[in-house]
Amino acid sequence: MKIIVAIKQVPERDARIRVDAAGKWIDLQDVEFTLNESDAYALEEALQLKEAHGGEVIVLSAGPERVGKTIREALAKGADRAIHVESDDLAAYDALGVAQLLAAAVRDEDADLILTGLQSDDLGLGQTGVILAELLALPHASLILKIEAVPGGIKVLRELEDGWFQHVELPTPAVLTIQSGNSKLRYATLMGIKRAKTKEVRRVTPLELAAKPEAPVVVLERVLLPNKQRTSQILGGSPAEAAAALVEKLRFEVRAL
Amino acid sequence: MSNAMSSVLVFLEIKNREISRISWEAMAAAHTLAEGHGLSVDVALVASPGNPIFATIHGKAPRTVYAIDHSLLHDYTADGYTAAYAQLIQQVSPSYVVFPHTYQVRDFAPCLATRFKQVLISDVTGIETHAGAASVAPTFIRQLLQGKLNAQYHHRGTGPCFLSIQAGAFRADAAEAGATTLATFEPRLDAAKIRTKPSEPFRASAQTVDLSSASILVSVGRGIREEANLPIVQELATALGAELAASRPICDNGWLPMDRQVGSSGQTVAPKVYLAIGISGAIQHLVGMKGSQCIVAINKDENAPIFEVADYGIVGDLFDVVPALTAAVLKGKG
Repeated sequence: MKIIVAIKQVPERDARIRVDAAGKWIDLQDVEFTLNESDAYALEEALQLKEAHGGEVIVLSAGPERVGKTIREALAKGADRAIHVESDDLAAYDALGVAQLLAAAVRDEDADLILTGLQSDDLGLGQTGVILAELLALPHASLILKIEAVPGGIKVLRELEDGWFQHVELPTPAVLTIQSGNSKLRYATLMGIKRAKTKEVRRVTPLELAAKPEAPVVVLERVLLPNKQRTSQILGGSPAEAAAALVEKLRFEVRAL
Repeated sequence: MSNAMSSVLVFLEIKNREISRISWEAMAAAHTLAEGHGLSVDVALVASPGNPIFATIHGKAPRTVYAIDHSLLHDYTADGYTAAYAQLIQQVSPSYVVFPHTYQVRDFAPCLATRFKQVLISDVTGIETHAGAASVAPTFIRQLLQGKLNAQYHHRGTGPCFLSIQAGAFRADAAEAGATTLATFEPRLDAAKIRTKPSEPFRASAQTVDLSSASILVSVGRGIREEANLPIVQELATALGAELAASRPICDNGWLPMDRQVGSSGQTVAPKVYLAIGISGAIQHLVGMKGSQCIVAINKDENAPIFEVADYGIVGDLFDVVPALTAAVLKGKG
């Protein structure tokens, strides 16, 4: 099975959030980056499928040079090679534009499966995988927890709302977006880290992939910190004082105790 | 057939044989948009025209209600819905297409938008229209970085603008009388082009914990760091006579069973008191608990979005605050 995993490098969850000078994104100075959480699960699913059925896992990521570090980490966990769509200016693209780049980068690979995380922890659009399926004219399923090979295709477990689930069968090649949490993520071994250094990372630029970038139809105009119209009453003091104040509130104002 | 670029088309969703609450909210969002730009609102849903559900459509009256009727739409598939909806959009030619932001919509709407060379603006929490300037494009607000940042988006270009509306962001409109036409829309669908085969939905396990009946919930999130730390919140729950609940990562890690999960993929709760401990307050969690009568947040990050919905907050290390709170509760009882 030949599997492509599209992954994204995102700011760490506890990164300090300050709006940058242009007002269009956060100030990335001093921000640490990590692999997007649901993409980590997509990678894990891909590696498990390869272990079960053989084949190849190819990591695909778009972004500036620093993304190379996240790609190496994925290679260290066991991916075989990588494609890096290198661009310092991905913010100029909308979700369709990014998906077009990714589609162009993998079209000739003829993979059996393309996996990606359900959504990114930074922009949270939750669309890249589904758009990719449409652009490549492949069937897809989203919010996937389990993948099983069946004759002619795959059977997946899809999460629905309110604790409901559903099995869906689809032919391969197909695109799946993976929900977090179903398997235990592996760590890179020392041997894996060593091997990753010699694995192939093919770098391509947007210009090489598409003759001309299309004008985005959806534009992020401005970011701003949420309005602090806080109605919450912050109880200060030492932990013991704050706790005592809260018990008072819950007893006499909320009348819950 | 309506004039080009003159309407807002809202796709409603049925859940448990009713039009879902989030669908009414999406309809209210559509009216906000329509009023700002002098547009009509049409709604559509997949159901036979004889379905009694059409009699339940309320709120501000839409101009037309489309009953999208086809045997291949009885079970949801992305291929079937994308094809059917695309045909209705081509016929109605709306300037805006509005969806409730549900798991189902997330599964097909990005495909549908792509078919029109558009991009879905997903998970919209606010719409700003510009009074007296209907020709000025509206601003759409959505959250980034798990609610730590808001972003303003604009749609450019001439095609329809696709939006999905987050749960709880708009209040469903009160019913108003008005003339509505019910029209049947029969899409042309080909069974051979529906590539996925869905099975019947099922519930993984019988729910053993009904969080919705608890009057106090102590809910724990990522801030607890490891499973071995759970007893400190369990002790607080016991002292309060509360049920223990959790945000998604805790259940994903298997530290607490799935049936204790609160949020869009777990249970929706509205207890008398909801204590959010070490929960930052991503929107997927907030939609499951923001109806609680009193929300208490304990978090070390004073900028955590959970404080935006909390009535009382304690900014501090939960490993100090929670044991102190347990002691204070027990002391009060003694």
